[in-house]
Amino acid sequence: MSTVSTPTQIAPTPGYHPSRIDGLREQHGRLAWLLVLTGLVVLAAGCFLSWSYDPEILGNLSISFNPGSLQLFMLTAAVLALVYALAYRGPLRGLGVWIDSAKALMVLGIGALGFMAITLAVVAVTSSGLINIDPGGWVSLVGSLVLAVGGSLLERRPTKDTLHAQLPAWVEIGTIVVLMAMLLFGAAYALGQTDGNIFGLFLVFVVAVAWSLFAAGFFTWLGIVAQRHRRVLMLGAFAVAFLFPFTQNGSDANMSIATQVLIFAATALGLNIVVGLAGLLDLGYIAFLGAGAYTAATLSTSAFATIGWKPPFLVVVLLGAIVAATLGLIIGTPTLRVSGDYLAIVTLAFGEIFRLSMSNLDGNNGPDLTHGPNGIPAIPDLQIGSFNFGDEHTILGFSLGRFANYYFVLLVLALVIITVFSRLNNSRIGRGWVAIREDEKAAEAMGVNVFGLKLFAFASGAFLAGMAGTVKAHQDVSVTPDQYVFLESAFLLAAVVLGGMGTVAGVFIGATILKLLPEKLRFISDYRLLIFGVLLVLMMRVRPEGIIASQRRQLEFHEEDEALAERIEEVHLEEEAQT
Amino acid sequence: MTVTHSAPAAPPADGGAVILQASGVIMRFGGLTAVNSVDLTVREGEIVGLIGPNGAGKTTFFNCLTGLYKPTEGQVIFNGAVLPPKPRAVVLAGMARTFQNIRLFNNMTALENVMVGRYCRTSSMALTSIFRGPKFRREEAATRARAQELLDYVGLGRSSELLARNLPYGDQRRLEIARALATDPKVLLLDEPTAGMNPQETRQASDLIFKIRDSGIAVVVIEHDMRFIFNLCDRVLCLVRGETLVEGSPTQVQSDPRVIEAYIGTGDDDEDEGAST
Repeated sequence: MSTVSTPTQIAPTPGYHPSRIDGLREQHGRLAWLLVLTGLVVLAAGCFLSWSYDPEILGNLSISFNPGSLQLFMLTAAVLALVYALAYRGPLRGLGVWIDSAKALMVLGIGALGFMAITLAVVAVTSSGLINIDPGGWVSLVGSLVLAVGGSLLERRPTKDTLHAQLPAWVEIGTIVVLMAMLLFGAAYALGQTDGNIFGLFLVFVVAVAWSLFAAGFFTWLGIVAQRHRRVLMLGAFAVAFLFPFTQNGSDANMSIATQVLIFAATALGLNIVVGLAGLLDLGYIAFLGAGAYTAATLSTSAFATIGWKPPFLVVVLLGAIVAATLGLIIGTPTLRVSGDYLAIVTLAFGEIFRLSMSNLDGNNGPDLTHGPNGIPAIPDLQIGSFNFGDEHTILGFSLGRFANYYFVLLVLALVIITVFSRLNNSRIGRGWVAIREDEKAAEAMGVNVFGLKLFAFASGAFLAGMAGTVKAHQDVSVTPDQYVFLESAFLLAAVVLGGMGTVAGVFIGATILKLLPEKLRFISDYRLLIFGVLLVLMMRVRPEGIIASQRRQLEFHEEDEALAERIEEVHLEEEAQT
Repeated sequence: MTVTHSAPAAPPADGGAVILQASGVIMRFGGLTAVNSVDLTVREGEIVGLIGPNGAGKTTFFNCLTGLYKPTEGQVIFNGAVLPPKPRAVVLAGMARTFQNIRLFNNMTALENVMVGRYCRTSSMALTSIFRGPKFRREEAATRARAQELLDYVGLGRSSELLARNLPYGDQRRLEIARALATDPKVLLLDEPTAGMNPQETRQASDLIFKIRDSGIAVVVIEHDMRFIFNLCDRVLCLVRGETLVEGSPTQVQSDPRVIEAYIGTGDDDEDEGAST
């Protein structure tokens, strides 16, 4: 880690004293580049040899000249390293002006080293003995080590600001499309892995590559491009999400996870209005999801439903949302007048009150509305017209199972929530929210309806969660109080904070990480609280604005950072000049 | 001073109609009486100065006028109606203010800051914002245009896309005035608009205040810069220890020995200004 953090200090600041690594870099500049080349060639060569004696481990890594999937990952890394190396010195110099290829090489080398170390460790442990590692594995390990050392010794060069990179629009749009396609296939591949080890190593590989691209400055450029082609990006992301079920061949296993992720993400996005836009800390948000779910359950055609009225589903969606929003208003009216900490405590308590009420409305204490801890089981699948969501349907030769059907409904719901989110954000109301976050007193003195806007954020967040809850009830088949414990609220909040408060993409990424990892990595699910806790602490230390930061939030978290402010301003002006 | 073109007009003796009348305003914090039955009358098209040593209760009085504090006693009549002590109601009625220590929305651009000022004069609510109907587009465009116009008016037209926190100090003061003007006020309350400014910026500020006055908005100014205030104001009110010491034309106040004594005579004016916002 310590070597990774050094490059940030190598900015040409006045009064900077060269450290030892700088001296090394000056002395061995030429050697370092050769080391990098050697390293990546050795790494690639190792991938064509056998890594493991046992063909049963980690896919099949035991056949020489027929690389298995893990070996293909490292080949890809080697190719990427070659591109960086040639950008540093060689025919791709033109590219090298823009990207920090030295730093990228170092990060990629360290990532590859980590990947190889974990792979070999897994081989050794699973087949009990280092002897089972074939020479190819060692070759690649050494290759990655040489690559990492070479990369760290390369002399750092200043790069031009990618903001001023003028590329034809089709290249930019092409990049987005390619990335989206990679996302789709990556997701399909990752979900297709039944072996937790391969899944974990795939993640290591993805993180290593992404981090090296980040170090190279690729994501800075991508951020600018994404702003320029916002529509394309939105459309692309939606297309990927839409096409995903078609890659699953009607298998329900992964679609079940995908729908859970989507429900979680949609709910987190609703919470993001409350937390990210209005800046209110809500620790009981899951109760609103529960309110929607219970509304749908009691109004469903389940034999255990307690209310006789069976309205059509669209009415139920609306009712669930209204019930949740009403709860939001009831809880918000007295508490939103006080400052944030109190609100957090009151919402925390409200979440628990909701859960306890649901498990007590069983006929013994008060009316029998929810059947208490047993909940309402056997909620039938949705039926809209002649389309039953429980049945498998075949479209264009692709079969789509039960979960795929719900997935599409949830996708539409997510789209609605995204629209509400982003349109509110870019409106008079959104400006009011920012003003309240920035300086509540000043906002009030400028005539902003502080209390009203807070209450509105609270209620609209609850409304959207209620909508999601109605779908969740049908998809989950049963509704019980223990689905709506405090921990779920905490996870929703973690997804928002981790992904990036106030952004759509960030929350989706955060929700995916928090929901997908425990599903796929069983060993994580035992320690998930510990791991996510550590992850959040690290995140707060390293990047408090979240994985994908909204510009405003980034500024708020880095009040002292003048360079950042000027940079964002520059992007602003650039955009202004283009429109 | 060489501001010849904007020398104060002769104070309209009883010329304009009374727009703001505060009577018997008392503000107590526990045992401390920060403002003790202060009366203030502002007429249309008038610039009134509020002076006094530190801790005299000037800012507290401002806070009472604008509803940030609920005065213990006394009432504020604006345009013939009693103002409830709520900031929003005060702004809606037509009284806007700036702050002694600049309180801009730092991470918003200059333009967005002024657009927030338009909040209370626009009405797009949730559904209009979500469905983006014609009303929303029209209002949004009008808000933007008006904000830009106001930035031009205070001389910040070229800085509209800059973040408020990156603006130079003097520009931040002017941006705060533009934001207050965006609420379409009839009375503008300025709390030390030239604090920390150099002479040139101070001159620009007084030109701007004259310009605002000429557009029909009454202005109340708190200031410590005596030359600035006596050049600017039609009438000056001197507060000492929460009470009105003198009220009159600049010449009257300037020559009053009690004012001079209040400022330099005694040495025990060093209590905190309990009302600092």
